[in-house]
Amino acid sequence: MTKKIDVEVSTLLDKLVTDITPLLATNPIIIGIHTGGSWLADILHDRLGITEPCGSLDISFYRDDFSRIGLNPQVKASHLPMDISNRHILLVDDVLQTGRTIRAAMNEIFDYGRPASIRLCVLVERKGHELPIQADYCGMSLELRPDQQVKLCGPENMSLIIGDSKS
Amino acid sequence: MWSGKHVIDHWGQQVVSQNIQYTGNGKLRHFLSIDGLRKETLEQILVTAEKFTQFGQRDIKKLPLLRGHTVVNLFFENSSRTRTTFEIAAKRLSADVINLNPTTSSTSKGETLLDTVNILEAMHTDLFVIRHAKSGVAELIAAHVPDHVHIINAGDGQHAHPTQAMLDMFTIQQYKGPFHKLRVAIVGDILHSRVARSQIHALNTLGAHEIRVVAPNSLLPAQIERLGVHSYTDLSQGLDGVDVVMMLRLQKERMHNAYLPSEQEYFNLYGLTTESLAAAADDAIVMHPGPINRGLEISSEVADGPRSVILPQVTNGIAIRMAVMAMILGGESNG
Repeated sequence: MTKKIDVEVSTLLDKLVTDITPLLATNPIIIGIHTGGSWLADILHDRLGITEPCGSLDISFYRDDFSRIGLNPQVKASHLPMDISNRHILLVDDVLQTGRTIRAAMNEIFDYGRPASIRLCVLVERKGHELPIQADYCGMSLELRPDQQVKLCGPENMSLIIGDSKS
Repeated sequence: MWSGKHVIDHWGQQVVSQNIQYTGNGKLRHFLSIDGLRKETLEQILVTAEKFTQFGQRDIKKLPLLRGHTVVNLFFENSSRTRTTFEIAAKRLSADVINLNPTTSSTSKGETLLDTVNILEAMHTDLFVIRHAKSGVAELIAAHVPDHVHIINAGDGQHAHPTQAMLDMFTIQQYKGPFHKLRVAIVGDILHSRVARSQIHALNTLGAHEIRVVAPNSLLPAQIERLGVHSYTDLSQGLDGVDVVMMLRLQKERMHNAYLPSEQEYFNLYGLTTESLAAAADDAIVMHPGPINRGLEISSEVADGPRSVILPQVTNGIAIRMAVMAMILGGESNG
């Protein structure tokens, strides 16, 4: 069973753009986490008028469950075209739950260089934190049962879908 | 448990059974021979290796995937590039790597092959990379290790050298695109070459348009055409119009049975030179697994020339070996 959440993604993005705008003073680099985070990062990048190209991360090679579930066969190449040392980074993902993806992404970012700071922007934050990681910018919070999943569909006509357990 | 069937192929070699390289649920467990692997597995190795190539250009060339794993390079036969690229690959994945050359250690004191492996396994080794002068050694060891220990064959006798074949496939794909359009010639000492056997299996599995082998009759295995290749004893006919020329090293150490009248005559008839390469397609690439015998199977002009991809082959060997190790060691507790 899946159902669409009755919230326009564009409305959430409007809120995020407003919240993030003061950060532009630090001349940040935007990096999206593959796949949903990259879609959002592309849009935020344009709406915020950032000129440097967007980065994208596929954190598959950094996941902490590699020894349990192995390599994701669909792993994509990460692409951070710019030198990130001493730069302020805005890291973008679609859903924040356990925080493990963000931890893996930060590990990978530090293998490219030492950033001045990292801020986290997510479209949806839900309960279930397993690490001390919070979003700095958040589109909305969702209360879901543990067996429910929330997923961003896109990249055209993006929508948020809630599904029952993993299928 | 070991339940594979042994089959003898046309070369009189034992073929690795279908099952031993996969776990019960179809995950890659050992990497012993291209023969018996599914096309999807080979394609996944190529795709995964592609992702790993980018890390060679990064400041910190390390990924955390194999942190806490121990890899033992067990080379009963000499090797420099294969052992080195396996070592670099394992280290880039953050594994701990130990290099052993048992001919100079315990086996010379009388320890048997399986004893050596048992001792190292007792030291909590997760993965053995094994090279041996005898065919079938990697498979023999794979059949005796417990479930959590994995084996990669880094060359066994005249049988197989599967990571070499995969780095060759990766290089071909990189320079020449999809396999179904390609004509490939493998030239030289086919008879003694574990590389050629693995290349032929890989090219067949990946659907190459045409595979040719080119060699004097004395270096062509009988009935080789049953492997799905066309054989030629004339170099210019064999190279006519091909997109890829894969040279083999003439294994001088195995040439004591008068396979060749003389090295000079071999070079005149089968050596790859600018003149003989002219028969191939204008944009054909030239490959060689190394080490090169300059002036014996290939001229320096060609080996160092613009169509040679011999050095990219070496570089690609790192990404391919990273891919195979990551695929084997990832997801263990599920497997």
